[in-house]
Amino acid sequence: MTDIAWIELALTAARPQALGALLRYFRDLDTAEEAFQEACLRAIRTWPDKGPPRDPAAWLIFVGRNSGIDGIRKRSRNDPLPEEEAFSDLSDAEGDMADRLDNSHYRDDILRLMFICCHPDLPATQQIALALRIVSGLTVKQIARAFLVSEAAMEQRITRAKARVADANVPFETPGAVERSERLTSVAAMIYLIFNEGYSASGDTAEIRAPLCEEAIRLARLLLRLFQGEPEIMGLTALLLIQHARAAARFDADGAVILLDDQDRSLWNKPLIAEGLALIDKAMRHRRSGPYQVQAAIAALHARAEKPEDTDWTQIDLLYGALEIMQPSPVVTLNRAVAVSKVRGPQAALDMIEPLAARLSNYFHFFGVRGALLMQLGRNDEARTAFDRAIALANTSAEAAHIRMHLDRLQRDSQPRGKKAGK
Amino acid sequence: MLYAILCYAHEETVSAWSKEEDDAVIAKLIEVQTPLLAAGKLGPVGRLMPSTTATTVRKGRDEPLVLDGPFAETKEVLLGFYTAEFDTLEEVVAFAKSLSVVNPGSSSYEIRPFNVFHPGALKT
Repeated sequence: MTDIAWIELALTAARPQALGALLRYFRDLDTAEEAFQEACLRAIRTWPDKGPPRDPAAWLIFVGRNSGIDGIRKRSRNDPLPEEEAFSDLSDAEGDMADRLDNSHYRDDILRLMFICCHPDLPATQQIALALRIVSGLTVKQIARAFLVSEAAMEQRITRAKARVADANVPFETPGAVERSERLTSVAAMIYLIFNEGYSASGDTAEIRAPLCEEAIRLARLLLRLFQGEPEIMGLTALLLIQHARAAARFDADGAVILLDDQDRSLWNKPLIAEGLALIDKAMRHRRSGPYQVQAAIAALHARAEKPEDTDWTQIDLLYGALEIMQPSPVVTLNRAVAVSKVRGPQAALDMIEPLAARLSNYFHFFGVRGALLMQLGRNDEARTAFDRAIALANTSAEAAHIRMHLDRLQRDSQPRGKKAGK
Repeated sequence: MLYAILCYAHEETVSAWSKEEDDAVIAKLIEVQTPLLAAGKLGPVGRLMPSTTATTVRKGRDEPLVLDGPFAETKEVLLGFYTAEFDTLEEVVAFAKSLSVVNPGSSSYEIRPFNVFHPGALKT
């Protein structure tokens, strides 16, 4: 890695803490961002000669704060900027700089920075775009690429979202315990959204969208470092790690979906799975279960199975049962039905999902699962109807292609029988 | 003398590496260790999972307390370790320096001679 590449990584890594502190000082996102930008430029100029500071975030906050104050002064009184030397020669100051910075605030600073992106008025896609821009520091171009939209459209989306959060008046005082826990919940949900935006990509776009998954994992690890004792944040991080570990096995060379049962498990990323399993173990000790932990535990049971037939479906059924109680939703029941079909057979699963028909009448996966169950029961005509509906509702070409595969199989299976019947 | 060389780093930076960047650093680190290994002087080497996976057991008043997270909340966390045989401190310092050169994520290496060392029975 070159010096500049290393510096850029260090700047990215320090960004949430530095920008979060600058936001607390200036109480204005634009000013904080400008100050951070200025500090980064100075870092790129001075670090190669002087070497990186011991604490990059502290350096950036110190320099950013000064340059931000100067920016405000300059605008108000047109004072000249201080000499470059005043900032460049920070080597002596650096040692005690970290002490002078208000370190006790940094958790809430980063949480606040993340939380302002979760404004309930913002649609999910704007929350994600804003978080990637502000917290992660991705460029508009990178975000636009991941969302498969033009740069201009993304620029507009982010500007609009920023204007909205600027009016939101998020308090800058240190939050109380209840408020902090509410913020944590919103931020966790937002990180989960970022991950899903990348995870739900189809085969042809999975690679372009993978950075969204990686970024979500980075943010989840960051949040967990700040709140080490929160079992749900352990669960969330574990869930993302284990799901992402399967990335290389999820699509074939043509971009078609490969279902869990058919995936080449040697392609799963073992270190990510191991980290996820370690985190679930830690979370379980707390005996304070929650939806992320349960979902992570389900993902872990899949990850632990070396072969599909080793999967502990009974346990997965039980976990989905727990999830149904914590977070009742027809989608959870639908997922449970897949486990039920493995444990108690397709008829039991079908009985379970029939009552969901009205609520999931526009849901691709409902018809995909229903079709598969009907097919297993040999009710091929009904299966075909369900698959046709699924194709009509498919969100990606890969989803549609996958269902078409089932239809082709039904076609093949039904032809010989058709002949026997003398048609 | 037998030494432990403990590598400390800013975790944020190391976890921001892409897989390619990580692989490249590891390849170079292995290159640095190869001569020691060939000379039969390198012992166990390990890289630790992120400190978020750490659990700390601390002596309490009655029963030991089990806490989430690493032992100390510091900016730099223990990333991994090497064990190796060296004749002089000079040589260990040189080895740590060459590790440091190829690992842009590392910030410090702590060098500590072993008092007792049991290689144990683990096979990886």
